[in-house]
Amino acid sequence: MSFMDILALIIPAAIVSAAPLIFTALGGVFSERSGVVNIGLEGLMLFGAFTGAVTIYYGEQFGLDGAAPWVSFVVAMIVGALFASIHAVASISLKADQVVSGVAINFLAAGLAIFLTKKIFNAGQTPVISERISKSDIPFLSDIPIIGKLFFSNAYLTSYLAVFVALIVWYVLYKTPFGLRLRSVGEHPMAADTMGINVKKMRYVGVLLSGALAGLGGAVYVASISGNFTHSTITGQGFMALAAMIFGKWHPLGALGAALFFGLAQAISISGAQIPGLQDIPKVFLLIAPYVLTILALAGLVGRADAPKALGTPYEKGKR
Amino acid sequence: MKKKLGLMVTAMLTAGTILAGCGSSDDGKSSGGGEKKDFKVAMVTDTGGVDDKSFNQSAWEGLTKFGKDNSLEESKGYKYLQSTAQSDYKPNLNSLIRQKYDVVFGIGFLMGTDVETVAKQQPDAKLAIVDMVVKGDNVANITFSEHEGSFLVGLVAGMQSKSNKVGFVGGVNSELIKKFENGFKAGVLTANPKAEVLVQYAEDFNKAEKGQQIANTFYQQGADVIYHAAGGTGMGVFTEAKNRKKNGEDVWVIGVDRDQHEEGMPENVTLTSMVKRVDQAVYEVSEQAMNGKFPGGKIVEFGLKEDGVGIAPTQENVEEKSLQSVEDFKKKIIAGEVKVPKTDAEFEEFKKNLK
Repeated sequence: MSFMDILALIIPAAIVSAAPLIFTALGGVFSERSGVVNIGLEGLMLFGAFTGAVTIYYGEQFGLDGAAPWVSFVVAMIVGALFASIHAVASISLKADQVVSGVAINFLAAGLAIFLTKKIFNAGQTPVISERISKSDIPFLSDIPIIGKLFFSNAYLTSYLAVFVALIVWYVLYKTPFGLRLRSVGEHPMAADTMGINVKKMRYVGVLLSGALAGLGGAVYVASISGNFTHSTITGQGFMALAAMIFGKWHPLGALGAALFFGLAQAISISGAQIPGLQDIPKVFLLIAPYVLTILALAGLVGRADAPKALGTPYEKGKR
Repeated sequence: MKKKLGLMVTAMLTAGTILAGCGSSDDGKSSGGGEKKDFKVAMVTDTGGVDDKSFNQSAWEGLTKFGKDNSLEESKGYKYLQSTAQSDYKPNLNSLIRQKYDVVFGIGFLMGTDVETVAKQQPDAKLAIVDMVVKGDNVANITFSEHEGSFLVGLVAGMQSKSNKVGFVGGVNSELIKKFENGFKAGVLTANPKAEVLVQYAEDFNKAEKGQQIANTFYQQGADVIYHAAGGTGMGVFTEAKNRKKNGEDVWVIGVDRDQHEEGMPENVTLTSMVKRVDQAVYEVSEQAMNGKFPGGKIVEFGLKEDGVGIAPTQENVEEKSLQSVEDFKKKIIAGEVKVPKTDAEFEEFKKNLK
């Protein structure tokens, strides 16, 4: 295998496994930038995966064909937002501890999704879907020498969507009045309140958006990678996304980079076993590589990660 | 066909009820019937749950059949307890033993140490473990000759591979999965000595994205048939194969544990599957126990001979001559003419003799 072949193996694989993480991590950015810790990303993603699998399955029955996955993305976003509203009510209106509420979301989602799967399909898992997002070459772009082969061939459309959404989130958060308001309620809600910004409303929007994006991440995972929903479809991806968000310093593009980095580390650890040269390294080292790389990157390259100042504290009007 | 089956089941159930009625009417006299009726069997699922379309489900089907054949009542004469986490295994096993179930099955090697501990603590209980061998005179160890089944699908892979390159994706590198690997490799090389077998372990049974990446790597290197023994990780292998088939590549997946034809649809990427008849094994051991011949402390192996392993009933993608060769070797293995390797050392030996 030539060096190019190796790159052509690893880079598309990295992009594929990163897409669900990117969506979910971007969701985390919205919520935490508004000042609400969202440890419930895992649960929201899980429920999105469940919704996605069910919607695609029934979409196929109703003859949506190739549109079924795309419809499921929209449905998963709506359901994710609804699910996140529980977290929003608990942690914004009722001023509950945000971490506890997030953990509750995780438990609730895992239990409810399996329970509903049993009720609907009378089985521990959903049937395997036949309409998926398939890998394809992007027209024209895949013909570009070198770059085309690495970045634009044999890839999922959803991966590019993820990168595109990251750019949109960056624009919204940093270039629009809405973004400024959202960030300000996460940094100094009292100052924002005196300027006439509705703190609660902004936080609600942040949490609901995070639910929508995490739900989308879960649905994308089902439509492109696993093909059905079982109790073990989402095991830890939500927490990985949370880590990617912190790794990316609560910045949308940082989160994008971190998620891609996780994907790359995993791709190297897997494909490495078949690559000449890397083949002779004991397997254990390849298996722990993603985690070691992450620790090294966190310790050496990232530097100080500043969380939004008001993160985790409910806003009380008039409190000093 | 369905109607007939339904009729048969109904007839059987009716007969069962009537017979059971007879048994209870002369309770005092026929102690034989009475004893049979008191017999109770139960199982504990692993975290996959009772409808995992795999081991647990198959075991439960076996138990249900046993219960119906012996006119036992569900959840009294035979039942299951579901485990949602590893920490549930021990309490579930203990609870069933306390409810005086005559035999308690632990499904899946994940439960191995728990079954062993419980067996030590409750020396009067009878336990059985599927897919694992543990210590204890009161534990029946149900194992399968996965290597024999894997050998058969290996033959198919070796004969139908056009690139002379096939792949094997394992879940976690362990003694058990090694049996799949070595049996498969032996089968491939027997059918096609020129073939090369790529092997990789995902070290996880539940990570579809890992399975997909390994499959991607294999197919990229020219493999056209991949056999997976990796549970949920294997779903990723199917995903990758489907993607490639859609783009016009001629690639196949060989399923494991049960007929995975459905997983390969609609692109139809499942070449065949290596099936493990856990239901058969559970039924058999229950019956032995009922007749007072509980194989405690023994290893009961279900191989080709006992119909415990084999290739899947869906054979539309398997060529006639591959099927022929499968039949030939099945006979040879049962007759003991061919000894399929289980471990790496045995495989090396096998390879030497092949040349």
